[in-house]
Amino acid sequence: MAGSSVPIIDIEDVGLDRGAHLLIKRALRAVPVGGRLAVHGRAPHAAVHLAAWARAQGHRVVLASAGAAGAPSPLIGWVVRGAAESGRWRGAEQAGQPFAAEPGAVHARPRAAWGLAARGATVEAGAPEFDFALSAKEEVWADDAPRLYAQAAAAQWDPATAIDWDAPFDLPPEVEDAVVQIMTYLIENENAALVVPARFLGQVHPHFREVVQVLAVQVADEARHVEVFTRRATLRGRRLGLSTASGQASLKTLLDERDFAVASFLLSVLGEGTFLNLLGFLQACGPDPVTRQVARLAAQDEARHVAFGMAHLQAHLQHDPGLRRRLAAAIGRRHDSLRQTAGLNEEVFDALVLLAAGEWAPKAIAEGHARVQALEADMAAGRARRLVRLGFDEREAEQLSALHTRNFM
Amino acid sequence: MSRSPLVLAAVAYDPKVVTIWEGFKAYFEGQGLAFDYVLYSNYERQVEALLDGDCHVAWNSPLAWIRAARLARARGQQVRALAMRDTDRDLVSLVVVRGDGPVHAVTDLKGRRVGVGAVDSPQATLIPLAHLREHGLAPGVDFEVRRFDVLPGKHGDHIGGERDAARALMAGAVDAACMIDANHLLFAREGLLPAGATRILVQTARYDHCNMTAGPAAPPEPTRRFERLLLAMSYRDPAVRQLFDLEGLKEWTPGRVEGYRTLEAAVDALEFYDRDGRILRADYRY
Repeated sequence: MAGSSVPIIDIEDVGLDRGAHLLIKRALRAVPVGGRLAVHGRAPHAAVHLAAWARAQGHRVVLASAGAAGAPSPLIGWVVRGAAESGRWRGAEQAGQPFAAEPGAVHARPRAAWGLAARGATVEAGAPEFDFALSAKEEVWADDAPRLYAQAAAAQWDPATAIDWDAPFDLPPEVEDAVVQIMTYLIENENAALVVPARFLGQVHPHFREVVQVLAVQVADEARHVEVFTRRATLRGRRLGLSTASGQASLKTLLDERDFAVASFLLSVLGEGTFLNLLGFLQACGPDPVTRQVARLAAQDEARHVAFGMAHLQAHLQHDPGLRRRLAAAIGRRHDSLRQTAGLNEEVFDALVLLAAGEWAPKAIAEGHARVQALEADMAAGRARRLVRLGFDEREAEQLSALHTRNFM
Repeated sequence: MSRSPLVLAAVAYDPKVVTIWEGFKAYFEGQGLAFDYVLYSNYERQVEALLDGDCHVAWNSPLAWIRAARLARARGQQVRALAMRDTDRDLVSLVVVRGDGPVHAVTDLKGRRVGVGAVDSPQATLIPLAHLREHGLAPGVDFEVRRFDVLPGKHGDHIGGERDAARALMAGAVDAACMIDANHLLFAREGLLPAGATRILVQTARYDHCNMTAGPAAPPEPTRRFERLLLAMSYRDPAVRQLFDLEGLKEWTPGRVEGYRTLEAAVDALEFYDRDGRILRADYRY
């Protein structure tokens, strides 16, 4: 029955209950559909198991008569290769390429059925369609995303060791109170900065792997910021400070925004951009080494968040210049909805002045006040600069920057 | 033109049965065949419904096919096996013993305990017990039958009984266990029957399993179309592949009835049904 051209696999004393099917499958790959493979072996149940396995795989099997000879192991039978396995991969598609720099790596419209498959994987036809709301490249992609992710992954820091929590300092009680109030304010802002990307994270098609990775790290960054600000606030045994209704009202408008481009514009470009100045201020004016360290480390992370927001909005605007009007309108809308609120928590403002003053002497307070005013001016200028980079003219950029929430984030 | 559907009956032995037949329904409807299905909790009720004309075709276990054929003959009606899965052909059941145990020949089972599946399981009860009987060992007389009844009425489609018998074998609660060839391999891979821990004492003759049975009320033209559509379904079609994977086949093949002789003989030998399809087993509850 077996002609000289029939390939042979000898599974020796390994049964199909011990993994021999791998050997048979491998040998079958070289056999055309309808072709035969002679299977030799001497495991006790090999014939029974070969028949059961082949049947389930869609192959035919012709068992040799009992006591068949063969070398080195006796012939068990022939497997006639069926078409099922090759049929499974008919119509399968390669879902792009793993590395973004490769040609054709990132598709403009990845298929819904590519779903969770690795980018670059061969995806069987007939997979379920996933409903990722953000599945158009121009909505989320930035060519800089791979670099920003690599940078983010390399820059992760451990709160337990990156900050010298035992650094000695002794602040007057009211200055410590001011630090606690600012930390309390920072935490609620960082909660918003955590929740907003987290909500969009699950909507981005995983084909845009680097975008998902950047957002995931962003969420992890904010989780760490919440931790270190909480730890600094409570370092001297104080209770946390005040949270105002208007502060939360301002942050809630960020969470209510359903459009990814608009949300990341308001959060990353304007809010976190403004926070960069604030954290820089705390790094410079913080009254103790721990406050200065947590501000410095958080600022490093926030700078990346701003960079990604800018990068994907610039890419999006190139595809859709009309987005610029939607972004401008969003600032106006947010300003209108917050018109009735009090703006920055007075306690936060006063705490910043006191930190900058460092003491209660009237002259020092006046200097502190001036420095906080300068901070606000820097914040406005920074926002305007980023708006210009997004293609707004200078006059409009200044106007829009002025409409940004007085709550900073 | 009437859109009266061809009605298929199937037994709900597992929740996935709904997914399977909803999928087939959508597929056949997509091919222009009006199609619907009804589910029964057991094969006995399904076969009676098929013969009564409550449904047109039935996805029958081999035992259900035998009863349908007998009932039809007794009533002067006809049933026909339209198609079967490629995986329904040429199956073998095994009587398995512990590798280190004292049972080396069928006759060694005398006075010992043999674990079987559900009372109505062709592969794990009827065929292997009849096989032992042919070897001169009367079940319940020459050896004790330990039955592992899981979901009787479902003709052993639920393999829980076979698995329980295999577990009992390894625990030493029985001296032999009966199962289909594929489940011996499956249980080995699951680690329930570790490789080398069991020996196959004896294997039965080959037999066939399920078939798609057309009943006396099956409308000729839709039934022919159904048969043609079944046989044309291809594993290469992603929509079909998902259903085939769930139902455990790679292709439908034409129905054949020669493969039921082994089970016919077992049904008679063990007095499960009479020649007219009446249930004889008093302890059969479904």
